[in-house]
Amino acid sequence: MSSVVIDNTNSTARITIRQATAEPLWLKVLLTTLALSFLTLFLLLPLVIVFGEAFAKGWQVYVASITEPAAAHAIKLTLLAAAIAVPCNVIFGLGASWAIAKFQFRGKQLLITLIDLPIAVSPVIAGLCFMLLFGARGWWGEWLNDHDFAVMFAVPGIVLATIFITFPFVARELIPLMQEQGREQEEAALTLGASGWQTFRLVTLPSIKWALLYGIILCNARAMGEFGAVSVVSGKIREQTNTMPLHIEILYNEYQFAAAFAVSSLLALLALLTLVLKSALQWRAAKDYAEAAKLRAVE
Amino acid sequence: MGFILAFFSKRKKSVLPGFGLSMGFSIFYLSLIVFLPLSALVLKTFELSLDEFWQVVASERAIASYRLTFGASFVAASINLVFGLLVAWVLVRYSFPGKKVIDALVDLPFALPTAVAGIALTALYAPNGWIGQFFHAAGIKVAYSAFGVTLALVFIGLPFVVRTVQPVLEDVEKELEEAAASLGANRLQTFCRVIFPALLPSLLTGFALAFARAIGEYGSVVFISGNMPFKTEITPLLIMTRLEQFDYAGAAALGTVMLLISFLLLLLINLLQHWSNHRHGGAK
Repeated sequence: MSSVVIDNTNSTARITIRQATAEPLWLKVLLTTLALSFLTLFLLLPLVIVFGEAFAKGWQVYVASITEPAAAHAIKLTLLAAAIAVPCNVIFGLGASWAIAKFQFRGKQLLITLIDLPIAVSPVIAGLCFMLLFGARGWWGEWLNDHDFAVMFAVPGIVLATIFITFPFVARELIPLMQEQGREQEEAALTLGASGWQTFRLVTLPSIKWALLYGIILCNARAMGEFGAVSVVSGKIREQTNTMPLHIEILYNEYQFAAAFAVSSLLALLALLTLVLKSALQWRAAKDYAEAAKLRAVE
Repeated sequence: MGFILAFFSKRKKSVLPGFGLSMGFSIFYLSLIVFLPLSALVLKTFELSLDEFWQVVASERAIASYRLTFGASFVAASINLVFGLLVAWVLVRYSFPGKKVIDALVDLPFALPTAVAGIALTALYAPNGWIGQFFHAAGIKVAYSAFGVTLALVFIGLPFVVRTVQPVLEDVEKELEEAAASLGANRLQTFCRVIFPALLPSLLTGFALAFARAIGEYGSVVFISGNMPFKTEITPLLIMTRLEQFDYAGAAALGTVMLLISFLLLLLINLLQHWSNHRHGGAK
């Protein structure tokens, strides 16, 4: 008899607590509606209008806009710049995160802050810096001119500006993860006779692969979409130094809206693909993490 | 550079190989890609006398551009502070159909090129645009005004507050809220006195990140602002204008001022994150 009474009090107590730590339904609905309206206004509508305007004049205009020579050249140049900039920053990201995560040294925090610096620098200022180094009146402008090697208003300048802007993206993903993983596994591999390179390839690389891939796709998205810095150094010469974002600007300023949005839609698709891959990678990383935790629990 | 390497290479012994190689390469690359260009900027500024420097960075046009850049960035970051918290709250605490898609979509401003964002927002808010027409009918100018600049900056900064607050909110212990409730606090009191203080460092970090991103933004703003000197001209655009007039020293002077502010903001963000991690870790 008494146990029943206790059970009763327990369950009523639980019910009141549950109500006290949740909002009433009307408030939940209101907050959710507000949040979703905000996101629709600022995320969904810009995305919808890009595709809407791109196809506003029909499928043929769309295809013509993205296959005409100037657009095709811009697409090729964008791919080329990303194809050089991303691997450079991947090598740097791996090197920097190895040094920072696996060793103790003076000024580590300072180094991490310095790696983040390009994120805080305005793209226009980044472009300006390269102009001051390589421009006609810059530090090395004369020398480059004498040797007939163009950096400004040419592909090397575009690549350099892209590398600067996307500099931290891989390193930022790897450093915290590798710091958290510590160095015990690498030390164990070395003790068991693996070489340094083998240790890196067989122990470190598999444990950071998802974060590395995530860093690469993020770095790639930024590299292909960079506008401000590239706009300073490129000179915007059609079919020579025009990247996709610059091509979009030119088309837009010439009132060729359908064409501008058609090229934009390609970059918007790239952005969506990046988001999908990002979610997939996060899901895989979480799964791996859970499996590793389960294995540890069994041991 | 040798000096920089010498500074960073003082370290504790470790059995792992590759410190020299990885550290040497990192410092070399960092110097080449980041330090060298930035020092060219600062050195160029020194070509100006103090008077000339002052005339450039304190000219009426420059001050008007600072006012717009910092004002619009502050308002945009504040809007993101409120709505970022709301979005993070809804994504963590409530469930509704399509939540995962929405969650992934929050990162769109990171992934969408700024030029694309710029023309999309301009098309939406132009006087004949989908949304702009309603404002136009009400006599409010959105595109080609400071309002439009602010909207673009809200878009650019949107993910920062959400992504800094979300993980902290996920970790807030339910027991704390239950304790507050059982001690007689109502829901609002629990939020203000228990949840909000736990979120505060991450909220401020998100705000500072969104603000720092906004003051340097160029691509999305340049389309929607209309670029009228004294009215809708942001500082990065003023730098661009100086460059097009071949006034490199003037552009560098403005760039150095912006760089200094960005660097100070970065330090502030690091301090905030340190505080946030400390608070966050300490609660466990």
